[in-house]
Amino acid sequence: MSEPRTLVDKLWSAHEIARREDGAALLWVDRHYVHEGSFHAFSQMKARGRTVAEPKLTFGVADHYVPTRGRATGIANPEIAAMVRNLEDNTGDNHITLFGLRDPRQGIVHVVGPEQGLTLPGLLIVCGDSHTSTHGAFGAYAFGIGASEVAHVLMTQTLWQKKPKRMRITVDGTVVPGVAAKDIALAIIAHIRADGAQGHAIEFAGSAIRSLSMEGRLTLCNMSIEAGGRCGMVAPDATTFAYLKGRPFAPKGSDFDRAVEAWSALASDAGAKFDREVSLNANDIAPIVTWGTTPDDALPINGHVPDPARESDATRANYLREALDYMGLAPGTKLTDIAVDRVFIGSCTNSRIEDLRAAAAVLSGRLSKVPGLVSPGSSSVKRQAEEEGLDRIFRDAGLEWADSGCSMCVGINGDLVPPGERCASTTNRNFRGRQGPGARTHLMSPAMVAAAAVSGHLADVRPLLAGRKA
Amino acid sequence: MDKFVGLTATACPLSLPNLNTDQILPARYLKWPRSKGLGTVLFDDVRLNAKGRPREDFAFNKDVYRGAKVLLAGRNFGGGSSREAAVYALYDHGFRCVVAPSFGDIFSQNAVKNGLLTAIAAAADIEKLAALVREKPSQPVTVDLEKQTVSGNGFSFKFMIDPISRNQLLNGWDDVDLTESYREQTAAFKAKDKTIRPWVAPTAKP
Repeated sequence: MSEPRTLVDKLWSAHEIARREDGAALLWVDRHYVHEGSFHAFSQMKARGRTVAEPKLTFGVADHYVPTRGRATGIANPEIAAMVRNLEDNTGDNHITLFGLRDPRQGIVHVVGPEQGLTLPGLLIVCGDSHTSTHGAFGAYAFGIGASEVAHVLMTQTLWQKKPKRMRITVDGTVVPGVAAKDIALAIIAHIRADGAQGHAIEFAGSAIRSLSMEGRLTLCNMSIEAGGRCGMVAPDATTFAYLKGRPFAPKGSDFDRAVEAWSALASDAGAKFDREVSLNANDIAPIVTWGTTPDDALPINGHVPDPARESDATRANYLREALDYMGLAPGTKLTDIAVDRVFIGSCTNSRIEDLRAAAAVLSGRLSKVPGLVSPGSSSVKRQAEEEGLDRIFRDAGLEWADSGCSMCVGINGDLVPPGERCASTTNRNFRGRQGPGARTHLMSPAMVAAAAVSGHLADVRPLLAGRKA
Repeated sequence: MDKFVGLTATACPLSLPNLNTDQILPARYLKWPRSKGLGTVLFDDVRLNAKGRPREDFAFNKDVYRGAKVLLAGRNFGGGSSREAAVYALYDHGFRCVVAPSFGDIFSQNAVKNGLLTAIAAAADIEKLAALVREKPSQPVTVDLEKQTVSGNGFSFKFMIDPISRNQLLNGWDDVDLTESYREQTAAFKAKDKTIRPWVAPTAKP
């Protein structure tokens, strides 16, 4: 009998073309997503006089630089317009399908891939973006790569990789209403730290993970990189198959049934060995917010900002002082006493229909005390939200309802948090300057951002949900 | 790609942890082609204070560390975004080696593709060398990739690097050229895979 294998092992071996003596494996790539930022890679390819090896397995999405307002009149900023045009030229010249600025399927690449049925279980997926880990929610092996590797994939449809170690994170139990996949993700990151999964491929398992929707699993796998993981994944199951059925690029009819049969084998065998195991109890997870400048600076909402004076490790104390200084916070401040200047709902982490519904459930019939922006994850999500009347709820609360893109998560399209302002945000990185120079970011779930909006300060969403359908 | 076997040069101590790629190169510079001089905006958001002036407490700003090729860094260096331009900025500024207790995985991959060595060492060793460097900044440090050692000011320690990255740096291998020699195996894999996993092909017509 053969050795029990993990899901990571199964996905890896299905893509291994060759292995060198030093252990490097040449892997076949099933899907390659490119965006405006991929221009370095196209330049490298052109400099070698090469063309795209598999244009039919390559898909372009305009997301990083696209404006979220006033799109009908074109792109006002010439530098940004040039970035989007460059992607149109590079994909056009190389016969790559593009979900461009005016395409009804346009959106954030990590929302569009799953939504279009391009992302499937068992695939090896790469993109020049660290949040490519998102696609692992389907039981795919998906990871972010840099420009040189993007160029290599464009030219060869393959990639040299070192096999990562395997980590299983098991979350059993049931979360209470008001606690979302984002809270599970932040709880994990706070537990293992922002570099805790470096060199590892993570498999998320346990009853709390199984009961997550696809949207929730996408949020969780998206945040794997914030724990340092090379990739994150959830074994595909009935939830996965139901989501995929009928998606435009997914297999159809009897092909779909045969695919489901193959996908059903994509689970870790009983007794398979992991290099590291971590477990958490979902019952213990409260709504979480970050207070500092890395995603592991995360605490339950009823907590207090740490005090460097009570930290014995000098390096850590120094880091805490730097982080508090940047964030404009006094040591020991109660988290719920932190007033916010604005809110943002969007990004590849939390901009799907379920995220918008969760925020709207809190905002409905209430007013936001601060300005805010809502950028749906894709143009399709936007249309669906409007059909459900969610846009009305956001607008009535006083928030701005915009078009889809990476927007205020990375700020390169011009959607910025002004210097010194504090933003409650559904995004993935609270790094210094991430949402704009001097911007102060607090990460949390969509429902918690909505709670901060209606309260004017960081707040526990649970009492606000009393008597409402979460 | 340029080979990396070793070097002797001055070092710059930066012990702050979590200097992620957003700190190494802020996103607003990602539109720049490399030729525009990414090395000149390295660490801009950490280097400058709110008024846009160089921070005195950030060692990188000090004249004595100008020309350093070795960066002595803190835990989780280069985590976060996959932007390879962060490596371009370090390299074009003149750095050839970063020594840290841990690195972001994507950053390390990007570094090796560009001839920048990411050496993993114990925090205590790095801090000890950093203290010696702060005392005598003009004293050079020697990095030896064959022996996997960093030494300077009478102190020496071992560093770790995965054998794949070490091989690539020592030989200056170009991945694309190397992959060419696997052309037949790749074609055979592709043909066989179509029969094993027919469901992989995207079905919709664009």
